[in-house]
Amino acid sequence: MSALLDIRNATLKFGGVVAVNDLSFTVEEGEVYAIVGPNGAGKSTVFNLISRFYDPFSGAITFDGNNLLDRKADEVADLGIARTFQNIELFEHATVLQNLLVGRHRHRRTTLVEEMLFTPRVRREEKRHREAVEEVIDFLDLQPYRNKMIAGLPYGVRKVVEVGRALATGPRLLLLDEPASGLSVEETQDMRWWIDDIRKQMGITVLMVEHDMGLVSGVSDRVLALADGAKLAEGTPAEVQSDPAVIEAYLGAGAA
Amino acid sequence: MEVLQLLVSGLANGCVYGLIALGFVLIYKATEAVNFAQGDFMMLGAFVTLGLTNAQYMDLPFWVAAPMAIAIMAVLGYLLDFFVLRHLFGQSQTAVVILTIALGFVIRFIAGAIWGHEPQTLESPLAVGDLRVGGVVLGMADVAVIIVTVLLTLFLYQFFQRTKLGLAMQAASQNQMAAYFMGIPVRRVQGMIWGLSGAVAAVAGILFASKGAIDPNAGLLGIKAFAAAVIGGFGSLPGALAGGLIVGVIEPFAARYLAAGYSQIAPYALLLFVLVFRPHGLFSQVRTKKV
Repeated sequence: MSALLDIRNATLKFGGVVAVNDLSFTVEEGEVYAIVGPNGAGKSTVFNLISRFYDPFSGAITFDGNNLLDRKADEVADLGIARTFQNIELFEHATVLQNLLVGRHRHRRTTLVEEMLFTPRVRREEKRHREAVEEVIDFLDLQPYRNKMIAGLPYGVRKVVEVGRALATGPRLLLLDEPASGLSVEETQDMRWWIDDIRKQMGITVLMVEHDMGLVSGVSDRVLALADGAKLAEGTPAEVQSDPAVIEAYLGAGAA
Repeated sequence: MEVLQLLVSGLANGCVYGLIALGFVLIYKATEAVNFAQGDFMMLGAFVTLGLTNAQYMDLPFWVAAPMAIAIMAVLGYLLDFFVLRHLFGQSQTAVVILTIALGFVIRFIAGAIWGHEPQTLESPLAVGDLRVGGVVLGMADVAVIIVTVLLTLFLYQFFQRTKLGLAMQAASQNQMAAYFMGIPVRRVQGMIWGLSGAVAAVAGILFASKGAIDPNAGLLGIKAFAAAVIGGFGSLPGALAGGLIVGVIEPFAARYLAAGYSQIAPYALLLFVLVFRPHGLFSQVRTKKV
């Protein structure tokens, strides 16, 4: 069985700084794969490589057999990859519902003229998109916020809305950039159940960057530890946490 | 009764300002750049229509010429973005501002070279006759301008609310990065917004030319439209239209009731007031970021 996402020998340099250094890993269909590492280890950079925000200096990235490096940033969603951002990038002056509906953009089947005339076919399609979005709203318990503007929502809710918008695109691979950062203990707990359900009920593969080791060991099948843009250790959460190189990178030499 | 007449002619002028302001805001929202050539777009749209329909040029029927001119201006807007502005992606805002100012000069020069610098009148069926309601005499052109603007506004509202492309344009203007990862081709959408603002400018031009003579310098009233956009709150489409109407209505009343020297500055005095007391504009969507 070939992997869903395959990153091979990826290297990215910003001037003289090597952000990602000859990194290779694969994510299998149906698993939750977490990337951990100290600040500046290159975790978010890996995400930005996959979502085609950056071009790697060298190396290959394939998704389900497609060469991702051939695609532009706006074509990545069409392949079935969705992501969230560390610092939340929602459409601020729109409601929760509208944000999720933008997620349906890639499923658009109707033409501009049909949409202007609001033909029966457009109405049917619109209904279909709305139903898909309502499913996501139910799944993430967002009903109370459906028609609220993003700009007025608390941080924890926005974080969930962003996951919802990514789910609305109907992805096969979901990239979560620090889903628990800034969340309270209860909210983090909720996020943990949702990630579990996203994998089990929706069958979506999850790749996440996360600092909260409780969350990482709770939901992940495999963990990759990065330091200075290179692979430090890979394995089950327990294996990675007890790896001497990882402990040294986190706590400094001598702590082990 | 005089008040009503002043109001209608003010509203008609205001519609033209509002449509130009709409062009400013469309492009500003999508690309965070201000197109200072928007007034000259309007002038060019008027001259293209004039060139297609007036007897001494191509003599096409007005109802053929007007849609053609709108389409030509839309294509021109798109191509301008494709060949010129897209290459400035990532440059400073100042570069874009200077470029669009220069573009305005170029358009004015080209229009003068093709159609001459003398004022000309568009042979427009909108410009015929007066409408008498009770004791009030209203110019047909003024009434037509107001009706067309209302229709265009409804059309744009429908476009932005109902169509996926309209939604994609809103998304791209609110958060480019997120729009990319929702599968929206942001740069192409931005090009389409330039096209849309070209088309809106053409409509404004046709309406403006239906009300009076035009010459290549007509685009300079873009300055007033810019003031209108700021008064309405740069970044709000309904605000741009409302700002245009406010500036349009203030002018004839100031001319009627203020001393001659002061009437010209009335719109700008209002602009100053708005900037002092509501710096984000009257209809702004901008909220102060809370940290």
